This record gives sequence, C-alpha cells and structure tokens, in this order.
Amino acid sequence: MGQFGIGQPVRRKEDVRLLTGKGLYTDDVNFDGQVFGVFVRSPQAHANILSIDIEAALAAQGVVAVYTGADLVADGVGTLITDVEMEDLSGKKMFRTKRTFLATDRVRFVGEPLAIVLAETLGQAREAAELVMVDYEGLPAVGSTAFAASPDSPPIWEEHGSNVGVHWENRPVAEIDAHMAKAKTRVTVDIVNNRLVPNPMEPRCAVAKFDEESGVLTIYAPTQGGRRIQGGLAKTVLNLPPNKVRVISPDTGGGFGIRGKLYPELGVISWAARKSGRPVKWRGDRSETFVSDYHGRDQINHAEMGLDENGRVVALKVHTILNCGAYMAENGPRLPVSGGGRIIPGVYDIVNFYFSVKPVFSNTVPTDTYRGAGRPEANFLMERLMDAAAEATGLARDEVRRRNVIRPDQMPYRTQMGLLIDSGDFDGNMKMAMEGADWENFPKRRAQSEKNGKLRGIGIGNFVEAAGGRPTEEMRIRIAADGKATVFAGTHSHGQGHETVWAQLLNEFLGIPFDDVSLVQGDTATAPKNSAGTFGSRSSWMGGVGLQRSAKRIVEKGTKIAANLMQTEPEGVSFAGGVFTAGTSSVTLVEVAKAAHEPKNLPEGMEAGLDESYFLERDPEEFNFPNGCHVCEVEIDADLGHVQIVNYVAVDDCGFVLNPVIVHGQVYGGVAQGIGQALTENTVYDEDAQLVTGSFMDYGMPRAQHFSMIEALFNQVLCKTNDLGVKGAGEAGACGAPSAFVSSVMDALKPYGITHIDMPLTPDRVWRAIAEAKAATAA
Amino acid sequence: MQDFNYHAPASVADAAKLLAAHEDAKLLAGGMTLLPTLKQRLAAPSDLIDLSSVPNIKGICREGDEIVIGAMTPHADVAESALVRETIPGLAMLAGQIGDPAVRHRGTIGGSIANADPAADYPAGVLGHGATIVTNTRKIAADDFFLGLFETALEPGEIILGVRFPIPVWSHYQKLRHPASGYAVVGVLVAQTAGGVRVAVTGAGPNAFRASAMEEALTADFSAKSLDGLTIDAETLNNDMHASAAYRAHVVTVLAKRAVAAR
Ligand SMILES: Cc1cc2nc3c(=O)[nH]c(=O)nc-3n(C[C@H](O)[C@H](O)[C@H](O)COP(=O)(O)OP(=O)(O)OC[C@H]3O[C@@H](n4cnc5c(N)ncnc54)[C@H](O)[C@@H]3O)c2cc1C
Repeated sequence: MGQFGIGQPVRRKEDVRLLTGKGLYTDDVNFDGQVFGVFVRSPQAHANILSIDIEAALAAQGVVAVYTGADLVADGVGTLITDVEMEDLSGKKMFRTKRTFLATDRVRFVGEPLAIVLAETLGQAREAAELVMVDYEGLPAVGSTAFAASPDSPPIWEEHGSNVGVHWENRPVAEIDAHMAKAKTRVTVDIVNNRLVPNPMEPRCAVAKFDEESGVLTIYAPTQGGRRIQGGLAKTVLNLPPNKVRVISPDTGGGFGIRGKLYPELGVISWAARKSGRPVKWRGDRSETFVSDYHGRDQINHAEMGLDENGRVVALKVHTILNCGAYMAENGPRLPVSGGGRIIPGVYDIVNFYFSVKPVFSNTVPTDTYRGAGRPEANFLMERLMDAAAEATGLARDEVRRRNVIRPDQMPYRTQMGLLIDSGDFDGNMKMAMEGADWENFPKRRAQSEKNGKLRGIGIGNFVEAAGGRPTEEMRIRIAADGKATVFAGTHSHGQGHETVWAQLLNEFLGIPFDDVSLVQGDTATAPKNSAGTFGSRSSWMGGVGLQRSAKRIVEKGTKIAANLMQTEPEGVSFAGGVFTAGTSSVTLVEVAKAAHEPKNLPEGMEAGLDESYFLERDPEEFNFPNGCHVCEVEIDADLGHVQIVNYVAVDDCGFVLNPVIVHGQVYGGVAQGIGQALTENTVYDEDAQLVTGSFMDYGMPRAQHFSMIEALFNQVLCKTNDLGVKGAGEAGACGAPSAFVSSVMDALKPYGITHIDMPLTPDRVWRAIAEAKAATAA
Repeated sequence: MQDFNYHAPASVADAAKLLAAHEDAKLLAGGMTLLPTLKQRLAAPSDLIDLSSVPNIKGICREGDEIVIGAMTPHADVAESALVRETIPGLAMLAGQIGDPAVRHRGTIGGSIANADPAADYPAGVLGHGATIVTNTRKIAADDFFLGLFETALEPGEIILGVRFPIPVWSHYQKLRHPASGYAVVGVLVAQTAGGVRVAVTGAGPNAFRASAMEEALTADFSAKSLDGLTIDAETLNNDMHASAAYRAHVVTVLAKRAVAAR
C-alpha cells in the first residue's frame, strides 16, 4: 500500500481546480444562439386554472415563445415518474398521482410551474413572464402534515377522495399487540420530523440544444449521474431512443439525493429547445430552489416500545405519516418503507416489529430523497425510544442500549424485515464514542458549567443504514499508449472526491501513478452503458468494486501481452506494483500499454488497446450497513434557550476506509446537515399552504458558529459482502447527528423534567419548554 | 432586476438634484439591502444615485464631545475604529456583530438607519446613544427618527450625511442573533450618558424604541438587580415563527441585565 494507494489520506486532487474558480458548472456553459427560459410559477397553493393568457407576454420585447402545459400535452409529453409500488395488507394498491411537466388545469403547490417564456435575454424573459396572466379559482389548501392525515382535510385528489395515499403495514397490528401486552415497561414517543429544504450550494440550472442533423438532444444540468434522467427524458418527454438524448453534468455543487431526479424543469427545457429550434438556458435562482427542489424528511411518527424486566425490547410498534407533498415524487412514498422504515430497529436485536406508513398529500412541494432518505428519520425515532426506555426503566442511556444491541457473535444477523446485516460492532462503536468524548468525566464538566450559570448535557445516538442503492453499475478503465489511465464512470462526484479515490484504486491495483489517472464522468455519452449514478451511499461499493474488477481485467489482458513480449507463457507471469514479471525478466504496465496499441506486438487474434469494463450486478436485496455512534455535548444558556455544541465525537464504521480525509469530510458534512435539521432548519407552510420560510432570511442554515470541533473516529469492520470491504459513508453523519444532539439537550434539560422538544431546537422553543416546565412545577 | 439609470454624483448637492429630478429615483449606499430587493423585483426604481463618489460623507472623526460618523462609513470601519472602541465601546461592539464580513465591508450606517429594518442593529446604537442624524437639510434627534416599521422621519429627497454620537460615559450592546438571518431577534444597547442611562431596544418591536422604565431604574441604581421584574409589555412586540412576543419580552430583560452586568 503506497502513499497514493487505498486507505491513505491522499489530498483531494479536485480541490485546487474547484477552489480556484476553475470548475466548470452548468451555468458556465452557453450555446450559440441560446434563448433564456423563465418559468411562470403558481403563487397559489391550490387552485383551478381557468385560463392562461399569453398574448401580452408573446408581444413583449425579445420574446421567442411562450409554452403552457397544453402545448406539452398536445405534443405527447407524458407525466413524471413515480418509481414506487405499495399496497395495503388487503392488496389494495396505493393511489398514484399524475403530474404533468407543466400544470395544465390545476396547481397544487406554490411554485408549481405552469408556463415557460423564452426570450433573447434573461431580463426580457423575466419581464415577459410577469405578463402571463393566469386566472385562478382558489381551492381550500392543506398546509400541514397532521391536517393532511386527518379525515377533515379537503382531498387534493378528489378522484381518490382522501389525502392518504395508502395505509401500508408490514404485518397485522394484532400480532404486535400480543407481544406488547407481555412487556413490563412500555414507552411511547411522538415526533414531528421537520421538513427540510436541502439547499445545495448550486441552484438548479439547465441548458439544452437539439441538433436537427443528428437528432440528438443535449442537456447540461447538475445531476448525480445522468443515466436515469436520460431515460426519463427520452421516454416520457421527447419520444426519442435514449441514445439520442445526452445528459451532461459537469461540476455540480452538491447533490444530497435531490439532484438525481428528473424534474419537470429539465423536461420542459429539453422539449422547448427542440420545439423552438433554439438552445434554451434556464438559470434557477435560490427562490426557485425553495419552491421547486424536492424537499426532505417531513414525517410524523408515533411509536410504542415494550421492554421486559431485563430492559430487553420485546415489541416495537411504529406509525408513520409521510408528507409526500402535492405529488408523489420519484421515490417519495418509498422512503419511510424500504428507505428507512425497515431499519427502524436499528442496531438493536428487536424481533417483534410492526410498522405502518401513511403517505399523505398536501399542497406543498413534493418530498423525496435527501441525505439519508428515510434513515435519519428511522434512527432518530429509535434513539428517542431508547432514551425514553432509559428514563422509564431507570437504566443508564448507554446501558439500555448495550443490553439490546446486536452482538458481533450474532452476525450475520437477519432482521425481522429480512435484511441480512453482514457485520458491525455496535457495542464497540459506543465504547469508542464514549471514551472519545470522555463520557466518564462528564459530571465534572457539568459542575463547571453550572458554576458559570449554564446547563450542560451529553447525549448518545447509534445508527445503522442500509446502503447500496441500485443493484447495478458499470465502470471502465482505458489505458493509453503512454500508460496514462482514464476512468470512465457513470457514478458522479459532486463533492465525494471520486477523482481522487478512483485514482487511488488504480494506483493500488495497477500501480499507475496517482497523477496519471484522470476521470471522465458526468456525460451519458462517455459513461459505461449500464452505469447508474451516485446516490444511496453506493459509489464506493458499486463503483469501487466495479473499478477493481475492471482493473483485474486489465491485468488479465496485460498478462497475455506481457507474456508475448517476454516470450513466455501467461501462466508464468505475475503482476505487482505496475510490473509484470516472469522469472528474471519483467515489463512494466507502461510498456505493456504501449505494446497493446501496436497490433504487431499482440498475441494472435487479440484486439488492440487496453480498455476494460466491468458490469457489477448484485442481489437487489443485498445492502451494506454503515453504522456508528455519535456523542454530543452541549451547553445551554437557559435564560435565552440558546444551545451551543461544545464537543462532538462521531464514530463511524463505514467498513474499509478508502481515504480517511475524504470520509472525514463526508462525516463533517453529514453531521452539519444533521445538526442543521436538529438546531436551525425548518420549513414552514402556513394554513393557506403558503411557504413562509422561502429564503435564507427565514430558513436557518447551520453555520460554523453552531459547531464545536468534530472528532471523527473509525471503528472499521470490513464488509463481508463486497471485495473491497467498504460500506457507505455519505449519509452516516446525517443519520447519527440529530439523535445524539437532541439526547444531549434533553439530558441538560432533565432538571426541568423536559423529555421532548420537536426539532429544530431553536432558542424560542427551548426557552418556551423551560418556561412551561417552570410554570407547571409552580402550579 | 429591472433596468435603471445609474448616476454617480460628485457632491451632495448634485445627488439632491438628481433625487428631485427623478420621481422613482433611489439612493444607493452599500447596496446590501437595496440590491437584493431589486433582484427579487420587489422594487424597480427608474434611477439609482450612487453615493460612493460623494466626498466627505465617509469616515470617522471626533469633534469636541461628539464622534461623527459619515453616512457612507461601512460597518467594518466602525467596528475596527480605535477611536470608536475607546470612546463608544457599545457602538463598535454593535457594528462588529452586523451580518458577516462581506456585509460589514459594504453596508453603511446611513443605509442601515435610512432603511430602518425592525431587526437592524444600528437603530439601537443611534437611539441608545442619543445621537443626532444630520441630513442635507436639517438635524434630527434619534428620538424623533424611527417612526415605525421601515419608517423614518426622512422626507422624500432627504439625504443622510452622517450621525453625531455624543460620547457616553460607557455603553454596551447585547444581541440575540436570528437563527436564519443573523439580524437581531432582540438587541439591547445600554449607555450611561451625561443625561442619565439610556436603554434602546431593537428587533423586538416594529421599530427601535427606548425602555423608559428600565432607564429610570438604572439611573436610580445602575445594577442588573434593579431590572428585576421589569419587562416590556409583550402585547407591543413582534410575534413570529422564530420568536414569540413573550420570548422577546423576556429576552429584552435578560439582555439588558447582561449589558449592565458587563460594566
Ligand atoms: C446577508 C446580510 C446580513 C445582514 N445582517 C445584518 C445584521 O445582522 N444586522 C443589521 O443591522 N443589518 C444587517 N444587514 C443589513 C446591512 O447592515 C445593510 O448594509 C443595511 O441595512 C443597509 O445599508 P446599505 O449601505 O447596504 O444600504 P443600501 O442597501 O444601499 O440602501 C438601503 C436603503 O437606504 C437608502 N439610503 C442609503 N443611504 C442613504 C442615505 N445616505 N440617505 C438616505 N437614504 C439612504 C437607500 O435608498 C435604500 O432605500 C444584513 C444584510 C445582508 C445582505
């Protein structure tokens, strides 16, 4: 393992380019003759569209075209995809919403696009968009999740007659009630898992052109790998074969799950480029991020857990309401079920598990995958239950957890939902995190804080995920005659550092110098045919192993060429560190690469070049299980309700760590987003379903001041189900942070008897909880 | 942003003329508030009159018992000024807590008080120190300046040239930052001046105001204890999703006490 091999803290090679302004983002791309598109969006949360008058807009200066939903429908454009199927125990299927790319007869949330104006300049397009006159007939709107789930809310989809899409259950509830009845102690928790606006640094953007001659539609847009978007555009929007649609995602300023989707805007821009005969550019702004990027989280959970006299969990029962928004997005309703729900029992050995999910409709932006995608919600719920169990049984918070964690000797462990957890050291994670945070001496630090007039608390949160996403991926390595290698990938790095890690893999397995490896990604024209993309913490596994096996094929072919060069048999040739050896003679991979491009040097019948791919396919029900334990310590200024993190330790088991610097970065970012959810971020719709938190003036992003140093530690347990031993790392932080943080705040507030405050724990909420607790004791 | 005509007058008189000549004209200072408004198309002035080339309205100096701060002085200059730190510590403290470094290097004192955002910090500084706002036509006492939500005593066409701060005996600023915007959920400035103690509150109400009961209590006995039981009537305060009126009322007292305790 050299300095640039796997496992080494190699600095990110992409950083210099990105930090010195040399990145290429979609907005940097312009096509000759392009026009600018501006969307007309609904200011109404719920209304019938009586008419759309585009005359004035069409007549405005510089306007090239104005299109409405009717134009798309007339052209045969279909509806957006919901890639989910769910049914209740009786077999009744969920209600499927239909969303056209531009609203036609009804709008269902503020910000829903219903027309696009194309003009020569962005300014002209904006001016003209204001001239599109829409006559709305307002309808009663549903703004909150709880109201959406209640039978009193007016159905947004009349044909369904209810805002509940389906009532999914994993088993009959009576089964669990029987187990629950046997419990000695029962605890319940009620949680509002707050809706988040993911807010990548780069707002959405797209520029598309249609080439009449070749019949190819090319679109640049920030995505997490264009393959799925290519398919969707080809099939539902353009009615073209996929190879006539090219999706290019150059540098992309953050993905977090929500950049992986076929959004209506992408369809409309592509279609409009073909229809108008002019390349079209759309530059979404931050306000559009708030009202048109899919939102995350937004669940209400009610859960009950029963424990026996030894503090062992005997039954777990969970009811989840998921706010899908006005339409079911691509994965939306799946998140609380196969995304997160089935791992609710977490790192614990809980055999009797029931959960039910109601996806509900409201007049809000659709929700979909956001960093963790159901798993942060699941882990948060489980850990709140564990804290409640500690309180009810009198056991320490770590002790009740310790009594229930799945032990290494139970591995591989088949969960009640059928998942096979291959490995993990959950008790060890806790030990490492508690030691790292000096848990033992916490009382001393608390006493010190008390002297300074502050409350202090410490909290713990375990988590486990199921990572891996789509079960297929293909990677390709091409080695040029000069020995330099290019990786062609459909995985997409938008913060994950693949340029670095893929080069480390080639350095490790082929001995190619780190700087001689380059990455070509983000282009469906160059990505391997069966590639998928980067989401669900999958790239290290699906991309990494795919690359490792491609490298193996390079070695196999190289061995034959080397044998030919050394005039020996391939069986006698070995490969290590970039050198093929047979007895006393040897040739380097560089020499072999050169030879590979000169047909005269090749064995009979061998194709020239050194270019290999590997199509990796795994069992779709097989995942890896990143896990860990976070410990958070806070100080609270009770007079202001202000919470400050003073210490944070994150222990992660993401299997084999390919590059600790990069995984640390993933942990920090994930923790920051997890703390964002728990401390500052909240998406608020009012009773009329108007978005109140539509800008950074009202939507609180986490800032450096909210954090202490984060100590990221690894408890590496190699994954047994893939060659590299890797587990996902991208979403872990966001899974562990909310529970550790809230646990620490509740610990600090224990003297007041406070056991629960819904996230985010803003000063106002914390102060109010304290004031109410004080008033209650005084009364 | 809609198109506008840009002017960069070289004197206050020219600026005033331009302002009078164009009905929909607006003064441009640091642009930190005005430009976002234009970008979001919430305002569409026909003309922008940039004050950055106007001489003598930027900078900090002492004139007798007053510190004079030019309208175009950015927050960072006030925060870092040795003179201000030494003579009006509460004001330097306040300016240093506005927004982020970029905002502090662009945003100006004149722009801030002309805008009179209910959550802005400067209004508490101006009011708490009993400053005088100097315009191209007159002088306005801080007590007469902030009239309501984004509403000041400025007449159309009036240009702030600077603010004159009488040097206090001592002053201190306490702020609870808004979780999203970083503005003041509540900001309290306490100053001991020749004429008694002044307590100015921003963020809590529709505009900055003085807490007179607190001022009286502190003038009688300058100790945190003397504020016990003194709270602002929550009925008059802002109530929003980030902070209830009751919370704001509570925080005013907490911050006032902390300011006093810092003495
Ligand atoms: C991200 C961000 C965070 C911020 N955080 C804070 C904060 O924490 N606390 C805080 O107090 N403020 C905050 N601000 C506001 C900042 O202080 C602004 O600079 C200030 O409100 C306006 O000053 P300006 O010089 O930018 O004025 P401009 O935006 O240029 O002008 C504002 C208004 O004042 C008028 N005007 C400007 N100069 C004069 C003059 N000399 N005479 C008459 N009228 C004039 C303009 O016509 C305009 O209507 C923040 C701003 C941003 C963008």
